[in-house]
Amino acid sequence: MTSRPLLFVAALLAGASFSAIALGQGFNPDASIRIGSLYEPQNLDNTAGAGQGINEAFNGNVYEALFQLTDAGTVEPRLVESYEASEDGLTYTFKLKEGVTFHSGDPLTAADVKYSIERVTAEASKSSRKRSLSTIAGIETPDDQTVVITLSARSISLPYNLSYVWIVNDAAGDITSAEDGTGPYTLAEWRRGSALALSRFDGYWGEAPSNGEVIYTYFTDATALNNALLTNAIDIITSVQSPDSLAQFSGNPSYTVTEGASTTKELLAYNDRVAPFDNVKVRKALARATDKARLLNSIWGDYGTLIGSFVPPTDPWYVDLTGVDAYDVESAKALLAEAGYPDGFTFTLDTPDYDPHPIVAQFLQTEYAKIGVTVNINIITANEWYTKIYQERNFEATLQEHVNHRDIVFYGNPDFYWGYNNPDVVKLIADAEAAGSEAEQFEKLTEANKIIAEDAASNWLYLYPQIVVSAANVTGYPVNGLNSQFFAYDIEKAQ
Amino acid sequence: MALPFKPRYCCDTPRARTSAILAYTLRRTLILIVSLFVAAVVLFVLLRLLPGDPANALLGVGATPQQIEAARAQVGSDQPLHVQFGTFIGNLARLDLGTSFVSRASVLEEIGNRMSVTLPLTALGFLIAITLAVPLGMLSAIRADRWYGAAISVISQLGIAIPVFWVGILLVTLFAINLRWLPSGGFPLRGWSNFGEAAIGMVLPALTIGLVMGASLLRYVRAATLDVLGSDYLRTARALGAGFTEALVRHGLRNGAVPVISILGIELATTFLGAVVIERVFSLPGLGSMLLLAIQQRDYPNVQGVLFVSTLLVLIIGFAADLAQRLIDPRLRGRTRVEA
Repeated sequence: MTSRPLLFVAALLAGASFSAIALGQGFNPDASIRIGSLYEPQNLDNTAGAGQGINEAFNGNVYEALFQLTDAGTVEPRLVESYEASEDGLTYTFKLKEGVTFHSGDPLTAADVKYSIERVTAEASKSSRKRSLSTIAGIETPDDQTVVITLSARSISLPYNLSYVWIVNDAAGDITSAEDGTGPYTLAEWRRGSALALSRFDGYWGEAPSNGEVIYTYFTDATALNNALLTNAIDIITSVQSPDSLAQFSGNPSYTVTEGASTTKELLAYNDRVAPFDNVKVRKALARATDKARLLNSIWGDYGTLIGSFVPPTDPWYVDLTGVDAYDVESAKALLAEAGYPDGFTFTLDTPDYDPHPIVAQFLQTEYAKIGVTVNINIITANEWYTKIYQERNFEATLQEHVNHRDIVFYGNPDFYWGYNNPDVVKLIADAEAAGSEAEQFEKLTEANKIIAEDAASNWLYLYPQIVVSAANVTGYPVNGLNSQFFAYDIEKAQ
Repeated sequence: MALPFKPRYCCDTPRARTSAILAYTLRRTLILIVSLFVAAVVLFVLLRLLPGDPANALLGVGATPQQIEAARAQVGSDQPLHVQFGTFIGNLARLDLGTSFVSRASVLEEIGNRMSVTLPLTALGFLIAITLAVPLGMLSAIRADRWYGAAISVISQLGIAIPVFWVGILLVTLFAINLRWLPSGGFPLRGWSNFGEAAIGMVLPALTIGLVMGASLLRYVRAATLDVLGSDYLRTARALGAGFTEALVRHGLRNGAVPVISILGIELATTFLGAVVIERVFSLPGLGSMLLLAIQQRDYPNVQGVLFVSTLLVLIIGFAADLAQRLIDPRLRGRTRVEA
């Protein structure tokens, strides 16, 4: 008789565990997610020239910021519980979330936030975001949970700009080879040239990750990266860079191919300071002489997007401007003649030596020959590009890929390498930053966007596709990879 | 049976032999040091001749002039060349290869990490090459008149003609993608402490190196064996009653080994430096991929460090090959001239 209740309990337990499995634990909460990437970080500090790979591995995973740029492109509070701006827009008061601790166990305080922001704005910082935080005039910490930032000029993008500022423990010291962040993962292991492993941080303040560890494996060769996915050595490729390889994944039920929204723009940047590119008609003529659809198709097949200006569709001030200087060889010739170059001219195109620039340069050479313009292709290394073009502005025209989100502001800086200087645009971009509302900011930037397109400030060739390929049993990864981020905490791997 | 006479060479007594070898080792070491210094100077000059500032490795689009200056000061590229050179040589003398501009990691430590991949890879590839080339090369020479002798020779020609990365891709396609026997590449995160995985990961890349290196080695072994077969001393030994195999092993191997060792030394050095292609195909974190990345980033301390250490290794390989030849062949010991 005693065995009956036991049996009954056993049956109950069995039923309960069955339903737990049926009810949605379809994924393994301790799974190891293996991510393959071509972008190995050079060190672990995003203010010390580590490259885009560190954003991919660490943003939102190991380090968090006051705000987070989500994969959908919105800016949301992260370590901030609430915040308010003063009437004049010059003082921001941030209340920090309670109960947040660093991986070392120290609690998050206002002093850490002050330290972290000053790390980016410091003299020695190599952060590309330094300039956008230059309006910060002072940081006060009235108590452990409150940070007050005063600005020298209104800056509507402050929350957005703060989304790049990792909150680091002020006691951490050098973080080029170690970390102390607040994110859902800690750094477990790093082998240079090969891989970087993150493991779940059990003291995380927020929702626990859907997996136990994440391993980023780095490749220098795109074929080797694809082979790794084909042989089940990795689960996800963060960003496919070889269009030819897509055929082996698309249409195969074992893999999922996703095309997200990218912010990487391929452009022919003229030196707008020098003749003949100081002439808007010449710039428009070259834009009209470029069959961008054919170019994009020859490089990426059916992937990628045509753009009519520097602004990708994920920026809030996007408008479709592809019709402004649409492909039209006859009108290009007419414009060149009006500009005083009926027989064309010759220019040197400084071309970075890595893909896709050399192919794009050859394409342009053929295209422009049709309107009498001769292109001399000069192949240079990325390093030479930086010295010759970015620093010395010693060039006529160049090819470059610009990866950032919301970077139209470069056209508001007449001192930028391409030397575009339209006072209306400079004013619109400055006014947009000082705007009292997002609506006003968006309106001004949309206006600026239209003007740079009309001026053909540069020749925006196409927007790269952002393609993620994964094994079919893996879901929940970000598809847009804005600013190279790759949040791993929602990734689920089927049991 | 042994020869009834003993040929006489310069250093015939054991003592004379030892002192001749010692003297040679000393001279050869001196040359090694001088070569190393010359290599260091050439390295320094060549790297500085390239356009672009090394400080750019630290900067991105958006850098201000102050950031650029700060970066130049950090990497020392704002110093005059002779100051940079003095620092460079001084550090080398103390075996301090500096820290990387980009990763800020110790160059020597990083080279050590990478060596734990490149050295076993090269050694294993080399072993496979010798294991294939020596017996097959001898066989194809001895049995040159048979179909298989000719076949070995033809196949080895093919092996020489095929580029090494293509052999790698073929092996990956066959053994990793189609058969799923071996991984397509990569090295475990925790390195050799995960021995099984690391060793399995070495199989395909080492096989690739072994096959390609073995093919060219085979031709030299074959040529050396043919030389020996046609030599007077072999005929004499046989005339004195030695069997073919005995004559070949006793007298032929030693004589044939001398030219083959020269080639082995060169092949080993080439493979060591050429492993970069293999490392790329198989995503191995070896010395080659470190060099390639460092060159792209103009990371001078890393480039200098890798080139210096690999130059040192190549010189040591040459040294070892020369020494081995002198140990094998007494005729070479008496030579005063040193082939560097």
